[in-house]
Amino acid sequence: MSLGVAVGLYGTSFGAAASAAGFSVLQACATSLLVFTGASQFALVGVLGAGGSVAAGVASSVLLGGRNGLYAVLLAEVVPARGARRVAAAQITIDESTAVATTSPEGLEPVGFWWTGLTVYVMWNLSTLVGAASASAIDPQAVGLDGAVGAAFLGLLWPRLREAWPVALGGAVLALVAIPLTPAGVPVLVAGLAVLPALVRR
Amino acid sequence: MIWTAVLLTAAGCFGFKMAGWTVPSSVLERPLLRRGATLLPAALLSALVMTQVFGEGRALVLDARLVSLVVGALCFWRRLPFLVALVAAAAAAALVRALA
Repeated sequence: MSLGVAVGLYGTSFGAAASAAGFSVLQACATSLLVFTGASQFALVGVLGAGGSVAAGVASSVLLGGRNGLYAVLLAEVVPARGARRVAAAQITIDESTAVATTSPEGLEPVGFWWTGLTVYVMWNLSTLVGAASASAIDPQAVGLDGAVGAAFLGLLWPRLREAWPVALGGAVLALVAIPLTPAGVPVLVAGLAVLPALVRR
Repeated sequence: MIWTAVLLTAAGCFGFKMAGWTVPSSVLERPLLRRGATLLPAALLSALVMTQVFGEGRALVLDARLVSLVVGALCFWRRLPFLVALVAAAAAAALVRALA
């Protein structure tokens, strides 16, 4: 249940952030319905809101969403889904549903996956609507929304730091160097190069 | 322009998800691919933290967002729930701005 509340707050933040970036309520809701992967959505509205190009926004967002493909390979081993069910399963393949499914007791992985994925889908989309529709009534800066979005990215990064801190550090340095030199959105793509040393070394 | 970006992003993100459900699991036996897919989000998320906290157009600035980041980091370090961390981070920036 706390997952539902957390997703609700995160989704409301997304709706408000999308609105602050110039998205209409319909565009914010369509993003959550169709894209449905939080960090990518925040990346997209962050880049476009900062004046970045469509190409830079889409590229950083889709690259970030690439991890869901890896999750799907792992899930396909324990969650049977064919035809239309596979399409639905693909759309709800995200951090949360994967985390629950892969830590469920043997045999209960499909229950954990579908229950979590569908709950998050409903909460995420409802809260996006609430956030986008009420955004005009609030001042994002006065309530600290921009600070919360930064903290949200850190929260998603946190569990990866133990294994990947050198890559995270490299990405941070590359991004800071690139911010003054390149258009909005490009620093995130440049930071992706931080994985190369780890790949070449072995 | 926003619609184009939304639809392209949706297609790309769904494409990755669907590809993962469709390819044989033996692709995970390619260590390079697996490492890349595991490590890339760390680099991108780290960069997003930087641009979100320190970026102001093409300038680097220090403002209330840094306080949010520190408060958020403390919350994650203390293993507090995601929700608590976000509320605390937002409240920290709001408070700093209200006092300033």
